[in-house]
Amino acid sequence: MKRAYLDNAATTPILPEVVEAMLPYLRDAYGNPQSLHQWGDEARETIEEARGQVAALIGAQTEEIIFTASGSEANNFAIKGLAQAQQSKGKHIVISAIEHFSVLHSARTLEKWGFEVTEVPVGRHGLVDADEVAKRIREDTILVSIMHANGEVGTIEPIAEIAKATKKTGTLLHTDAVAAAGTIPVDVKELGVDALSLAANQFYGPNGVGALWLKKGTRIIPFVDGGVQEGGRRAGTENVPAIVGMGKAAELAQHDMSSRMTRLSRLRDRLIQGLSSTIDHTILTGHPTQRLPGNASFCIQFIEGEAMLMLLSSKGVAASSGSACTSRALKSSHVLAAMGIPPEIAQGSLLFSFGLENTEGEVDYVLEVLPPIVDRLRQMSPLYAKFLKQQRGGR
Amino acid sequence: MPVYSEKVMEHFMNPHNVGEIENADGIGEVGNPVCGDMMTFYIKVDDNRLSDVKFQTFGCGAAIAVSSIVSEMAKGKTLEEARKITPALVAEELEGLPKNKYHCSNLGAQALNKAIDDYLKKLGKEAKTRRRKKDEGA
Ligand code: FES
Repeated sequence: MKRAYLDNAATTPILPEVVEAMLPYLRDAYGNPQSLHQWGDEARETIEEARGQVAALIGAQTEEIIFTASGSEANNFAIKGLAQAQQSKGKHIVISAIEHFSVLHSARTLEKWGFEVTEVPVGRHGLVDADEVAKRIREDTILVSIMHANGEVGTIEPIAEIAKATKKTGTLLHTDAVAAAGTIPVDVKELGVDALSLAANQFYGPNGVGALWLKKGTRIIPFVDGGVQEGGRRAGTENVPAIVGMGKAAELAQHDMSSRMTRLSRLRDRLIQGLSSTIDHTILTGHPTQRLPGNASFCIQFIEGEAMLMLLSSKGVAASSGSACTSRALKSSHVLAAMGIPPEIAQGSLLFSFGLENTEGEVDYVLEVLPPIVDRLRQMSPLYAKFLKQQRGGR
Repeated sequence: MPVYSEKVMEHFMNPHNVGEIENADGIGEVGNPVCGDMMTFYIKVDDNRLSDVKFQTFGCGAAIAVSSIVSEMAKGKTLEEARKITPALVAEELEGLPKNKYHCSNLGAQALNKAIDDYLKKLGKEAKTRRRKKDEGA
């Protein structure tokens, strides 16, 4: 059976070069980077090289990178650590309504700790308006966190503009760049941010490793106590193979960025065009142009996402959905809700996210198998039956 | 995706009794308060027995499998027997459902019950009008 992995937003496959770079550190080079002998020295030098590679990807200085175990950890670290370090100045933070749960729920935790959180709404394309952010910055606002790009709907946010607003008031700005870094050009100086999160599994590196970039001189409360690793801010013996993998993946991403972007956007546009012309009552979610190169996200009306995913999976196609039924908590995506998409339409959420291994043939395969799946589910749907009756002018 | 039993997959991939019954004797429509989904059951009654059952469902894989199995279980049963189809029985018949999908099995039993209610209500009305006509004629 044909197979097509179109769920790169969840995690990208790991590149063979990355695996090669990691292997020695899973085998013979097992030293603890903190040890004072040759084994330790080798491991230490290796992670410092990786640190440099990750820094180069985002235009940062090597010593500003703190390795973490994931993008989610980097977000938790940034939100909680920066807020706590600043709390003598105020206890108010501003985030957008479409942040990843690792930001959103960290903010909820801060609320329990006595902080106040304001959410900035987004427009129907998922865009955060810099003026709307500026309006919500108060005397006691100590931190603003707005994501760089939304992995679910693909919208890329105007971070540099938002940074102008936070600069004026001297408020710290963090951006969750997990979906953006390694995929589109990200430069911390051009963005003008103070902290930025990224994760290796979004750019063909291994799972289980991420990083927080923190502008030199920015105070943060350590995330894990008990050791000197990562400048004493995140203790624990370093995951050397994973860090090496992230470094290699960052180097390749930087080198191949523009050719990758061209490739992915071609696949994305082919699918968006094909799908919009073959399946009616389909909505493209997210911004039409200001979007991630590999993201094609839709709402297919009158049917539900999990049922689509199961039928797609029976055809060998992997995708994802933000429908209530697909979520563990049985709540539909807060991102789609924040964009003003009604719950019954959000139920039809379907996301295809492209990666380097995908081909035009796979896009065409989706365009061949999806329409009958949609048809079949619509034939079963009471909502569709009602819609047809209404159209016929009946009741 | 949740891990579904083979039976659920079977009914999801090839659901039985999909569709609408024209001039159904009873119609039951329920919305799922948990996830916002919808199920409609249509029944045809002959001699106090469900001679035909059909459904339409807007929902997840479990909801579709539940509708299919409920329609199968109900067909040919008397109204009283059909009333005894509980969510637990539905789940059992499907060889189990993931925990967070139990609420989808409630939906099936509810929709069928509502269709029966609808039938009885209409029947009551019909009986009343018949009686009224008789009274008027007398
Ligand atoms: S119908 Fe929504 S979870 Fe089953």
